Amino acid sequence: MSGLPVPHLVTDRRVETADTVTLRLEPVGAALAEFTPGQFAMVHSFGRGEIPLSVSSVQSTGGLAHTVRAVGAVSAGLCAARVGDVLGVHGPYGTGWELERARGRDVLVVAGGIGLAPLRPLVLEALADPGGYGRISVLVGARTPGDLIARDDLARWRTAYTAVTVDRPDAHWDGDVGVVTRLLDRAPFAPERTWAFVCGPEPMIRATARDLARLGVPPHRVRVSLERNMRCATGHCGHCQLGPLLICRDGPVVGWDRAEPLLSVREL
Amino acid sequence: MTATAPPAVIDEDGLGVLVATLVAQGRTVVGPTVRDGAIVLAELTSSAALPYGWGVDLDAGRYRLVRREDRAVFAHSAGPQSWKSWLHPARERLWSADRTPEGDVTFTAAEPEAPAYAFLGVRPCDLRAIAIQDWVLTGGRHPDTGYGRRRRRALLIAAECTEPGATCFCVSTGGGPAADPGYDLALTEIVDDDGHRFLVRAGSEEGARLLDALPHRRADFVTEASARGAVDAARDRMGRALPPVDLRTLLGGSLAADRWDDVADRCLTCGNCTMVCPTCFCVTTEEVTDLTGDHTERWQRWDSCFDLDFSHLHEGPVRASPRARYRQWLTHKLSTWHDQFDSSGCVGCGRCVAWCPAGIDLTEEVAALHAESGTETRR
Repeated sequence: MSGLPVPHLVTDRRVETADTVTLRLEPVGAALAEFTPGQFAMVHSFGRGEIPLSVSSVQSTGGLAHTVRAVGAVSAGLCAARVGDVLGVHGPYGTGWELERARGRDVLVVAGGIGLAPLRPLVLEALADPGGYGRISVLVGARTPGDLIARDDLARWRTAYTAVTVDRPDAHWDGDVGVVTRLLDRAPFAPERTWAFVCGPEPMIRATARDLARLGVPPHRVRVSLERNMRCATGHCGHCQLGPLLICRDGPVVGWDRAEPLLSVREL
Repeated sequence: MTATAPPAVIDEDGLGVLVATLVAQGRTVVGPTVRDGAIVLAELTSSAALPYGWGVDLDAGRYRLVRREDRAVFAHSAGPQSWKSWLHPARERLWSADRTPEGDVTFTAAEPEAPAYAFLGVRPCDLRAIAIQDWVLTGGRHPDTGYGRRRRRALLIAAECTEPGATCFCVSTGGGPAADPGYDLALTEIVDDDGHRFLVRAGSEEGARLLDALPHRRADFVTEASARGAVDAARDRMGRALPPVDLRTLLGGSLAADRWDDVADRCLTCGNCTMVCPTCFCVTTEEVTDLTGDHTERWQRWDSCFDLDFSHLHEGPVRASPRARYRQWLTHKLSTWHDQFDSSGCVGCGRCVAWCPAGIDLTEEVAALHAESGTETRR
């Protein structure tokens, strides 16, 4: 096994939701190699362990940041980190979104819940290159209004179209209600000249990718980010297998042409 | 003598000198010995500990030591362990971290000095298993540095197979009882009217130098022919065989087969097959802290895809059913291993068959999947 963590200082901690924070990190000494949007790091909480976390900001779009939701011991430890704490980080690992392949085409971003985090640097990169891409649309779904992350970004991004929907509205919600795929009809994109980037819970990825395929976006141009148990990030622990793929090595971002036959087998 | 030098012959005394020479060189010599009713791999300080005159009686879920009528040393099939116990140990510290009162954190890689192993009696199936683990663990973008260090210093002394067991099927995995390149020395044991002796071939410069240090004679025609004959005969005496089809395609196309329910009814998901398999490499990691809370260590230990937690995500395991977990193991071994590492993950050593407490036989399961698929025999 390789990958000795590199100490990183928490320089900013932003509360996203009741159980989710974004931590901005700066290396204490030598920096890691540059991450690209969609890639992930292993982030270590002292005494608790380490987990894979996608980058929600990369060096070129405002410095390294991770958005983490408290679902287990390590992620709870990371969520509790304070400014000035030191965390261990190693990476970059895995495949990125490879936004450059969408150059000149419409860009459609579809996110479910915290799945917006790994898509955030992609949107920033696309917006930083006016004229580089066609229309840029961002569609976001969340369980409740309280589960929405990066709200400021959603209000600030000057995309062709941004829309948010929730499964369960509260008394203050006056926006869309329902699954994120319902937003596809209104988004301005031409399927035959679109690259779609999708991240969220697996059922949401499946539903979105199938609808996009039906609309005529070629499966290889629907890029999805997959999740499996990762213990090592270096292809040696075996935990993240999905059929022929080692998600830490061959993913997390793969084309729907590869993911579809695998995700349609129960318990693969 | 060089690696291309002609074969030589050593006798029992020469084998003794071989072990003594390796020990004198400061090497940790690991080889077969009898312990706890099995032939296990253990550190040897002399050749006296080798299993002279012991063989094994094997079947699905069965392993018994048996006395032989001769003094053969290597005439036994694969035992419960493989060389991964030494090259890819069951538990290994990866790194440690220390925190100062000011909150500074330092990470320190665990870099234990790698023992200079000499593995004595590596069977050809296990030689291939080592080559497969080499590729899995050091062939990619992020080489396993601990494995790499141990492997680089290890001397491999193969013992060609002349006595396959009832659970062996290496020939049908594309291997055979003869040693592929990769060894430093290859021994072929011969016990006949001319006595107990070993044909020795060097496969590396280091092996050649080692052979030079042993009392040996140049191989005679009779000994060479006898050695080749014994290995050729072993090829035809495999106890089992996989169906002669493209297994990668068969398994890849059998994900919905009914047979998985049948085997899931018998499988205890105990993970024995993964522990004894010489190519299974899966591990998990755990964090260990001391009482101060300011020193923490990251350890790696063997894991098994049969463990329910293996595929755990925050909403539960991906592969909750025994059916899915057995399917994962078998399809990985024979099919998706090709996608991931450009080879099969099975060398036909038969350990998973012998050491399954339910007697599940991989070859039988594959034959049943083949029958269910209704595909033609192609090879």
